Amino acid sequence: MSGTIVRPYGDTTGDGMVQLSFTLPVPLDKRAEGAALQLAGKMGVDPAMVVHAKQMGDAHTFFVVYGRVNHLVDLSAVRVVERDFPLLSPKEINQLVRRRLRRRLVVVGACIGTDAHTVGIDAILNVKGIAGEKGLEYYREFAVVNLGAQVSVPELVERARAEKADAVLVSQVVTQRDAHLHNVREMSAAFREAFPAGRRPLLVVGGPRFDELMAGELGVDRIFGRGTSPREVASYLVHALVTSRDGTQKRAA
Amino acid sequence: MIAVIRSTGQSLLDYVPEGATREGFAGTYATQENFRLMRAALDEVSAEVGRYVRLTNYASGLCMPEIATLAGLERLDMMLNDSMYGILFRDINPIRTFVDQRFSRQIHARAGIIINTGEDNYLTTADAVEAAHTVTVSQLLNEYFAHEAGLADWQLGLGHAFEINPDLPESFRLELAHALLARELFPRAPLKWMPPTRHMTGDVFRGNLLNGFFNLAGVLTGQGILLVGMMTEAVATPWLSDRDIALQNVRYVLNACSGLHEDFVPKPGGFIQRRAATVLAEAVQLLERIVDEGLLTAIADGTFGIMKRPPDGGRGLDGVARHEDDYYNPATEILEGTQ
Repeated sequence: MSGTIVRPYGDTTGDGMVQLSFTLPVPLDKRAEGAALQLAGKMGVDPAMVVHAKQMGDAHTFFVVYGRVNHLVDLSAVRVVERDFPLLSPKEINQLVRRRLRRRLVVVGACIGTDAHTVGIDAILNVKGIAGEKGLEYYREFAVVNLGAQVSVPELVERARAEKADAVLVSQVVTQRDAHLHNVREMSAAFREAFPAGRRPLLVVGGPRFDELMAGELGVDRIFGRGTSPREVASYLVHALVTSRDGTQKRAA
Repeated sequence: MIAVIRSTGQSLLDYVPEGATREGFAGTYATQENFRLMRAALDEVSAEVGRYVRLTNYASGLCMPEIATLAGLERLDMMLNDSMYGILFRDINPIRTFVDQRFSRQIHARAGIIINTGEDNYLTTADAVEAAHTVTVSQLLNEYFAHEAGLADWQLGLGHAFEINPDLPESFRLELAHALLARELFPRAPLKWMPPTRHMTGDVFRGNLLNGFFNLAGVLTGQGILLVGMMTEAVATPWLSDRDIALQNVRYVLNACSGLHEDFVPKPGGFIQRRAATVLAEAVQLLERIVDEGLLTAIADGTFGIMKRPPDGGRGLDGVARHEDDYYNPATEILEGTQ
């Protein structure tokens, strides 16, 4: 298994050097620096070096620590959902939809349950987008219906049917006692009940608290976690609904 | 100056919540009690630090006039208040927005509140170079509507932003050209200069460098209201340490060259001057088109920030009624009488 074990790289191979920064709720003095070293030590940084400490206000200190970690990373034990579709540019996405689907791709998005936090769905759908990438509304060949927050599952199913949605995007940001998992299970069950197999819209779920590996368990087609960009979602939709379904149009235009 | 952002989605509420709230996402609900609490806390801090700390909130969305009123009652100092933001970015009906912005601005005029307009937002959707002239046009429109509602020049924090792709050659010179154009077009307005957001990523080191250049451009061109950029813009709500580092960045630039605008005179006929002249010419062209078509048509065509918003679309049109012949509004009479 040699070659699957790696360590952080600072200046030379295998030196294990990392840099970290954090704030402790203590004023800056000798004890504070010692506290920072203690934290770094517990994080596996040994030896650790406090290279910067600056007091902020009366009661907090910011630290930058450099040091060597004793942990090993086993690449063969890493489990992730690899992107199994090509990442396309907005232009390529629009072209594929126009040429191969020959109508606009309809996306209905919502936050379901009691979650009132639309930042996730808005980041993906709104023109404004996130981190310099525009949302799906910006794509000429996407027809986007953003239902906003606190949408009930029956309401979502109804709108998806009325809009002839190709895909339904659901965001869950804030959750208590795994509410996000219950909500998504309820949603996917409702869609399975309301649509015949093969005519159900693609179900896509996103939010920082989801495990991307749980799609099958929750009955949805895809889960996107933290840091997903609108372009990734758009590329996935085109992959799932257009390029991998050639010739088998899901429904009449 | 402290700006408290609102809970996501408040702009779409057609009422103002009441009381002190501890809920809200990515912000705090604008309520009268919250305004009072914030102002009281800042009064206390102001006394402690020996200088007046201003408070900023948002009079935007479906309740612009109501929130403007609460801001006036609770002594807020500055309010975000754009004549077209709700139309473009919140899909609020254009006619509703133009009616509401006028009344809210009359209230701001009377309360002595400085408004901040939202041109920076256009550049988060449209390209900051290609669409630079739409910012200028919107500033001119915002200035016109503000004067029309009785606001004075010192109350006009006309917006613009540092949003040019930093990978573009000469991006900083282009930023300087745009910032200086705004400065010279509106010499008596304070101008609100927004830090980069669109090209901020999780690379906090690069983000801090970009913010340094933003601060430098602000100092070089004498921007009155300089927002503090956070290097974690694209990552998280800023942490205590992020805020401290961002403030160090501002302090360094202000300390190193706060008077630099006195020396900064772009070469006549040089890159910066030519770029500013181009943007201004494009702005004049666009204004000529708007004069022919009408503003509502221009908005419906997607002239600003890419969004197309027809005059009969969006939220809140049902809240607008045509004046009857015997319409009388004592509030309007008082507000217009004070101008």
